[in-house]
Amino acid sequence: MVPTSHTVTAFDEDMKFVAHKIAEMGGLAERMVENSIRALIKSDLQLAQKVISDDLMLDEAQATLDDKVILIIAQRQPVASDLREVFSAIRIASDLERVGDLAKNIAKRVVAISERGHSVNLVRGIDHLGDLALAQLKEVLDAFGSRSVTRINMIRDRDDEIDAMYTSLFRELLTYMMEDPRNITTCTHLLFCAKNIERIGDHATNIAESVYYIVTGEHLSAYRPKEDKTHRIVADDTDA
Amino acid sequence: MKVEADQVFANNQAAAAVGATGAVIKMKGDKVGVFYGSKQALFDVDLDIYERQVTALIGPSGCGKSTFLRCLNRMNDTIDICRVTGKITLDSEDIYDPAIDVVELRARVGMVFQKPNPFPKSIYENVAYGPRIHGLVKSKADLDNLVEQSLRGAGLWEEAKDRLQEPGTGLSGGQQQRLCIARAIAVAPEVILMDEPCSALDPIATAKVEELIDELRENYTIVIVTHSMQQAARVSQRTAMFHLGELVEVDDTKTIFTNPSEKRTQDYITGRFG
Repeated sequence: MVPTSHTVTAFDEDMKFVAHKIAEMGGLAERMVENSIRALIKSDLQLAQKVISDDLMLDEAQATLDDKVILIIAQRQPVASDLREVFSAIRIASDLERVGDLAKNIAKRVVAISERGHSVNLVRGIDHLGDLALAQLKEVLDAFGSRSVTRINMIRDRDDEIDAMYTSLFRELLTYMMEDPRNITTCTHLLFCAKNIERIGDHATNIAESVYYIVTGEHLSAYRPKEDKTHRIVADDTDA
Repeated sequence: MKVEADQVFANNQAAAAVGATGAVIKMKGDKVGVFYGSKQALFDVDLDIYERQVTALIGPSGCGKSTFLRCLNRMNDTIDICRVTGKITLDSEDIYDPAIDVVELRARVGMVFQKPNPFPKSIYENVAYGPRIHGLVKSKADLDNLVEQSLRGAGLWEEAKDRLQEPGTGLSGGQQQRLCIARAIAVAPEVILMDEPCSALDPIATAKVEELIDELRENYTIVIVTHSMQQAARVSQRTAMFHLGELVEVDDTKTIFTNPSEKRTQDYITGRFG
């Protein structure tokens, strides 16, 4: 006896809709992050503009998903795994929507940064940080798609890599600013971009935790070692 | 007011068993099996009923949940071909012991049925009948008082006080069901069994009965069979899932409805079979 579908088939359709919508939002958010970083590196204003307009689609998708989940709760009163699934879908959609906002914020900064021009050195770190965050995002979306928790802990641990790299990028940008005050505008924008990417990693981690909850019904332990130590960095430190 | 039937069991009150959560075990099913003729309907059910808690029995039709419920006050005795094996205790006393007076047992373990079934008598007589035959009251004044307290306990007093002499069958379905609950609590039972008490009621009447169940929990141990998952989730503290005559799992209600251990429970409560 292995029933996997609901007796009421429309309920199955509803749940499929939710899962597809999350996958769709995930794909869109992923592409926005990728494009925003590419736009930043190549100073591609057109691509940056596309990211900004894509965010509208992401917001709309989230609204559609929220409406659907509200309707499912009202009509079907989901329990157990179904309840965990729709509840987590709301949270994941909210994380993805924030990821989109952060990508849009990077895209908006492309204009300011490209006006002044920047050296390859300055953005290399951002590029690398972006690769890590994108890999995280892809990994959690795959985990959601396959409802698999085998790699969840690894995904969470890898967020520490992003945090550590963000900290070192923070120091690096600070050094450039001290070397030449004319770098300050660009570096400040890049710092915000780096922070945005670090936040994207955090949202990926949130999604990983939601997937874990969907599959197991339990919460991952709250304790995680934090590697983002930028809040303790002062300018003098960078000489050390 | 204390039920005299208690005296039959009085010696055993002290020996109340305590469950894992610290709750007192009021009734205990130990390897309970039920046969209808040669057909086995229930297999080795071990289930503890905690005092002053609502235990919900759920499962698809024919899963044995009503059969188990009916074992708890020996209602199955009325079916000739029915045979019960294993052991069921009330306050550690074996209720299938030949020395037990079944009438007294059913005063201690009352029952409310799926369809409201008031006697074809007045509202007053419906409630007064039990206390009178069990000799629980000495005077008319005592009886009047008991009828009022029972109707109040069932949340029916305000609606019924001016029409106590009218037939109980003239009440609405929801009122009739609360009259049956008043009738059940009039003999001061310790345990109340409810077999789908709301399945014939509209949502408002259902809500009133559910509210009542929550209040009754302060003084009574309640076991309820229900086909409404939401009702089980709302009114009970513990939920037992039956399937094909077996107890699949029993756990805190909040666990059953958020993260059940067994796939069969998961599939049933989410509407995947049954």
